[in-house]
Parts: sequence; C-alpha cells; structure tokens
Amino acid sequence: MADLFAPVRKFFARSNDDLVKVIGMAVLVALVSSAAVSVTAVMLKPYQEANQAAEQQARMDKMLDTLPGMRDLMMETGVDTLETRLVNLDDGSFASDADPADFDLEAALQDPEASIALKADVDIAGIKRRANQSPVYLLQKDGDLKLIVLPVYGAGYQSTIRAALAIEADLVTIAALAIIEQGDTPGFGARIEEPEWLALWPGKKIADETGTVRIELVRGQASTPYEVDGISGATRTSTGMTNLLRFWLGEKGFGPFLARLKQEGL
Amino acid sequence: MSLKHHLTAPLIGNNPITLQILGICSALAVTTTLSTAVTMSVALTVVLALSSGLISLIRHHIPPSIRLIIQITIVASIVILIDLFMQAFMFEMSKKLSIFVGLIVTNCLVLGRAEAFAMRNPVLPSVLDGIGNGLGYALVLLIVGALREFFGAGSLMGIPLVTTVADGGWFQPLGLMQLAPSAFFILGLLVWVVRVLRPEQAERPEFRLETVEDRRP
Repeated sequence: MADLFAPVRKFFARSNDDLVKVIGMAVLVALVSSAAVSVTAVMLKPYQEANQAAEQQARMDKMLDTLPGMRDLMMETGVDTLETRLVNLDDGSFASDADPADFDLEAALQDPEASIALKADVDIAGIKRRANQSPVYLLQKDGDLKLIVLPVYGAGYQSTIRAALAIEADLVTIAALAIIEQGDTPGFGARIEEPEWLALWPGKKIADETGTVRIELVRGQASTPYEVDGISGATRTSTGMTNLLRFWLGEKGFGPFLARLKQEGL
Repeated sequence: MSLKHHLTAPLIGNNPITLQILGICSALAVTTTLSTAVTMSVALTVVLALSSGLISLIRHHIPPSIRLIIQITIVASIVILIDLFMQAFMFEMSKKLSIFVGLIVTNCLVLGRAEAFAMRNPVLPSVLDGIGNGLGYALVLLIVGALREFFGAGSLMGIPLVTTVADGGWFQPLGLMQLAPSAFFILGLLVWVVRVLRPEQAERPEFRLETVEDRRP
C-alpha cells in the first residue's frame, strides 16, 4: 500500500521552486477548488430555485397590485390569481391537451421535439432556442379578456432578463411591465428593476395601427407612445430589452397568438 | 505571544480598518443598515478563518512564485461557497448585499492576512488570527452601521426606535447618513478617537514643513 502513495510523497517532497511542483500545485489547487464549488452549487440548486420561484411569484403579484382596479376586478370574478394557459406559439392556438402546471421551459428547450433552433438573424433576443409552447397568464370576465400577461426573456448585458409584460384588453396598450429576474450591472443595467423606471411603461403601445411592432427603448426622452426612456449608461441592457420585446411580440414569439386573439377573441 | 493574543489584538490595538485602513470599500457599501453590516461581518469572518486555516495548512507546499494566485484561488472558492449558501438559505439578505459578498474576494483584508500571517504560522494561530481580524472588522462595521441606520432612518435592525417626521413624529432622518460619504466621515472620526486614546497608533509624519524658526541661525 505504501508504494501506492510513494509518487504522491515524492511530489510533495520536491522543492517549492521545482517546475513540476509549481505546475502540479497550481493544477491541484484549481481542481480541488473547482470540485468544491461545483459540488456545492449542484447540491444547493434546489434551494435556490425554490427561492427564485417564490420571488418570481411575488414579483408577479406585486405587478398586479400596481394595476389600478385589477384586484377589484379579480375579487369580482372570484379569482385570486391569473389563469394560466399554454399557447402553441407557431399558430397562436391554446394547447388544450396539456396541463400548464406540467410545462417545464428548461426541459422543452433541451428537447428537439418541443423547441426549435433560431437562426441568428431572427434570434434578436439572443436565446438560441425557443420552446414551441409558452404559458400565458390571463384574466377574463364572462368570456371577455381583461388582461393578458406574457412571459418574455432574452439576453441583457451580462445576464438573461426575464420579464412579464401585461397587456390590456385592446392587445396594444401596455398595462405594466415587471422584471422577474435579471443580473445586469448594479447601478446601471440593474436599474430596470426600479419602480420609477417601470412606472414609465403603463399606457405605452406595443404596435401601431398596421400591427407593426414599434415598442423600443430610446436614448434620452421618449417622444412617441411606442418609445420608453432607456437607461443611461446601460446601452446594452436597453437594447437587450428592446430586442427581447420585439422578438416575443413578433412572428416567432406571441405575434400569431395576439393576432388570433384580436380576430377571434378567447 | 499567547493564542488569545491573536484573537484580541486585532479588535482595537491592531484593528484592520482603523489602524491598517484595509477593507474600506465594503465598509462603506454595506453599512447603511445594521442587519447588512452584521451579515457582511459574519460572512467576512467565516471567509477569513477558513482561508487563513486552509492556506496555513498547505503553506509549506505553496511555491513562492505562484503563491498569490493560489491564495486568491482558495479565497475566491470559499467566497463563492458562502455566496451560494446565502442564496440558498438567506435569500432576502443575499439580495440586499448583492455583489458585495462576491467582492469579499477583493477585500484587501483577506489577502493581507493570508500573505502576512497564514503563510508563516501554524493552522491554529492562523485561524484565530482570521477570526480576530474578522471580529475587528465586524466591530467597526457594527459601530458605523448602527450610527448610520439610527441617524439615517431612526431605527436599528429595522426596528423603529424614534418616530420620524414622515410618520408624524419629531425625528428628521439625516439623509446624508444613508449615502456612502457618511461612512467616510464616521470612519475618520473613529480613527481620530482611537488615535487620541492610543497616541502610539498615530503615524509619525514623513516630512515636516520648514518653519521660520528653523531658518533662524
């Protein structure tokens, strides 16, 4: 047995100036450190995900609270949360055969049957793959749509921005925007989370009369109903927000779904 | 030098912040409230103790040519572990501290103790030295955090102690206290107080202005 450890002992017996020892120690420390970090990260992931899910729900609820009259309307219709439905993004129809609670975005993105690869020129949101289905959250009263919330996401400056876009019954006016998750630079890009900035969104229009998606973040002051003030000092985050909204409201995103809603209703 | 000395010396006599003036930037950033100051202090003390212990443990096998890289790798790994633990079990707090837990890596205090002490001393004194310096850092952070939260928001640990004007009371919160510069002022005053009480800590001026008296023959 002792012979088995002989090379190890020989290695540690080397001089600290020896090249083999220098490289060996560097590799050894790096390996041990990375193993410790990876194992912990994998082990703690369920806890972090539970925390994040609770946080996301809380942010969604907070957004609903900011919408005037929304809570009253929900009381009237007797629901305490929005209804979740799955949408087939390609034709915009509701997926009636699947339970929205079972939908797992990560799993769908891994599955070539349940998602498509996006070509670079369409993938303005920087997400590489798009699931064929997506949940949407809606509030209806006697069959009339009152509010629809679309989950959107895409690349920011250094993180994936996940947001919820609430649209009013006319399917053009934004009711509110909530940032569900982001990790951009604190003090710059991360300011998209600030209530003052999110308060700029209600009343903006996502598209003009012809149905062209026009919404965008601009430098300086917004001057049209389609423009929102960008975040100064955070150009990449602002461009990322514009692109992800354009993508998800466009042809490969919820475009067909919104068009169908406009024509046929729920 | 007794073992206890390693633990108590950095509290006031050799305090990392007031004497060595290390770890200032995090001391400015996380002291707006007492609760963030407490969490940051605990996190830094744990990192210091663990990194000092580990580095001391392998000190005979750290090649001098790459010692800083090895030290920083160990420190960084421990900091990531602490950050992961906080995200899993103290989610609200980790959101408040945001990047500052990760920035413990760049806290000069950690590398300073690793390089100055843990590289040359056995494990137990190194761990104690780490804890001692962590506590010294904590002491200053708690004083600054308590002052800033009390005068800036009228509360301690989030519990209101005096009613502010906004809530119909008499206390007008000092907005400056919630901004980073106020931590500089408080730190400066602290350093002053410590050096008045312990004059041996004041540095001798390196140069002295020439006066008229000096010129007189």
